Amino acid sequence: MTDEDENLETAAHPEKLRRVAIDPVSRVEGHGKVTLLLDENDQVHQVRLHIVEFRGFEKFVQGRPYWEAPVMVQRLCGICPVSHHIAASKAMDMIVGATLTPTAEKVRRLMHYGQILQSHALHFFHLSSPDLLFGFDSDAAKRNIIGVAAAYPEIAKQGVLLRKYGQEVIRITAGKRIHGTGSIPGGINKNVSLEERDYLLRDIRQVLEWSRAAADIARRLFEQNLDLFSTFGCFDAHTLNLVREDGALDLYHGGLRARDMHGATLFDHYDYRRYWDVIFEDVKPWSYMKFPFFRSLGPQAGWYRVGPLTRVTQCDFIPTPQAEAQRREFMAFGAGSAARATLGSHWARMVEMLHAAELIEALLHDPDLQGDELVSKGQRQARGVGVIEAPRGTLIHHYKVDENDLIVRCNLIVSTTHNNQAMNEAIKQVVRKYINGRKLTEGLLNYIEVAIRAFDPCLSCATHALGKMPLQVELLDASSARIDALTRDPDGTVCSLHP
Amino acid sequence: MSEKKKLRLATTSLAGCFGCHMSFLDIDERLLTLLELVEFDRSPLTDIKHCGPCDIGLIEGGVCNAENVHVLREFRKNCKILIAIGACAINGGLPALRNSLDLGDCLTEVYLTEPGLAHGHIPNDPELPLPLDKVHPVHEVVKIDYYIPGCPPSGDAIWKFFSDLIAGRTPELGHGLIQYD
Repeated sequence: MTDEDENLETAAHPEKLRRVAIDPVSRVEGHGKVTLLLDENDQVHQVRLHIVEFRGFEKFVQGRPYWEAPVMVQRLCGICPVSHHIAASKAMDMIVGATLTPTAEKVRRLMHYGQILQSHALHFFHLSSPDLLFGFDSDAAKRNIIGVAAAYPEIAKQGVLLRKYGQEVIRITAGKRIHGTGSIPGGINKNVSLEERDYLLRDIRQVLEWSRAAADIARRLFEQNLDLFSTFGCFDAHTLNLVREDGALDLYHGGLRARDMHGATLFDHYDYRRYWDVIFEDVKPWSYMKFPFFRSLGPQAGWYRVGPLTRVTQCDFIPTPQAEAQRREFMAFGAGSAARATLGSHWARMVEMLHAAELIEALLHDPDLQGDELVSKGQRQARGVGVIEAPRGTLIHHYKVDENDLIVRCNLIVSTTHNNQAMNEAIKQVVRKYINGRKLTEGLLNYIEVAIRAFDPCLSCATHALGKMPLQVELLDASSARIDALTRDPDGTVCSLHP
Repeated sequence: MSEKKKLRLATTSLAGCFGCHMSFLDIDERLLTLLELVEFDRSPLTDIKHCGPCDIGLIEGGVCNAENVHVLREFRKNCKILIAIGACAINGGLPALRNSLDLGDCLTEVYLTEPGLAHGHIPNDPELPLPLDKVHPVHEVVKIDYYIPGCPPSGDAIWKFFSDLIAGRTPELGHGLIQYD
């Protein structure tokens, strides 16, 4: 093998190798496939996760009135439409110069926590639990939610009903379970009535109990398969997430925190309205999904990981008591082995689901939900950036609007795109440890998919997004000293760094 | 009494957002009832990668690339009844907004001339299916037997449709269940 082949990304002589494809990757959201190139000794020389669709939301949103964006762009994704609905709304809050009323922010938060609850439940129970409960190479015919419903009817039922509850929170706050309209530039278009509040309060105790039980299941699975789970698909990665001012986990708002793989801070509480100063993107010919990286570290070394595992391990604390107790247990487990593990993300996701349930309960008791100051506005701006922590990780929406209220530029960096390189690293680890030199079976190939599923990728989101990143031009004198530098921001604004 | 043979159901999402599949799951606990009547073939919920002979096929999303065409034809060949679900399958939906743009210009802007790219080039690996110049509704490619409108149709509408179909009745949604948003 050449050095290039050791890296597994690009084989030096692909023409001599045998191709095996996992197509489509199943039990994930969206459209992707994995290809492997192997030699006659079943040694793998190349493995890649491809995102196979090209769409173009950022292009065709141009020319639409800005208030359409929160409703349009959520069609990026049917699993997490609320994430795009809210991220776009936050960007439009900036456009209309709004500072949200307490009622508006709390109803939006309630909507978002309903979304976290339903999305995490869907991923854990409907999509991933078959691997975790039956084994990675168990019978493919039963390795699905139908098989779980037959073997563990109580677990399947709780998963279905947890998701239902999250969807009902969304229906009441957004008007519709999927692709609702509740969030608008500067606020919301309806509050939560007392009847609706009482309806949601009726089942919240049960939801809290089941969420605790789900975190227990995740922990037990880790204990029972300690050697496998704590090493499977593991790699060191830099991290990116939002945190509140005091370092707490906050899924709706905060500053950007980036740490390198050794835990050293790269930046913290960074104002996301200037995200393009710290994040760049790379393109590879074999995927429509781009490869973001930290600007300071460059495209080779600068890739990073986002999502529940990052958030739970990189926040200073979780501001609800039950989830915080779970977080401490998670962090301490096996001397930190779960917190470092790719499959630790399943457990981290369940800690967050419990956190979302606790937040929903607290919000339902808040009289501000019944307030009638729904919308605000102020000084109109041309540029808006909205960032949230979506179920799958940091989500960036960025728009520029002209004087006729039409969108002229749009940039979206979705959660799954941040994880592009990280997912590829995880499957390379799995190939090295479990696939190389062995006769390929359906079960072994599922090992690769298990590693991908740990990230809960939303390949649909990722295929829609195009990505528009900034340009920097430097003017150098004859001795290469910098005289001036111009930057063009993602929204097209050009400014000089040294005026 | 011998157990009645289950109907076999395949589902796929082409150029869609998976929202129709999520709405399918919005039948909530009725999913467990449905599982007593149907078994799943190829679907994002199972690990069956290719569609075998089925009674019912459910198609979400329009047709935006060559692979979508192959999958759609595989479904038509194997499914006795083929259903287009949601706005994208029926008329292209939101992804079809790109039909007014030139695909080449789109790809050039995004991957080549866009500022801030480390290595600009248009992805062209043979593993990537060729995009079509326009996004098409599924009935332009294969015959479709039923259409369920909505973006997405509600879980209740999907439940009513399947209840009728499985019971051998002509599916009718009627007032309150037909919606287009």
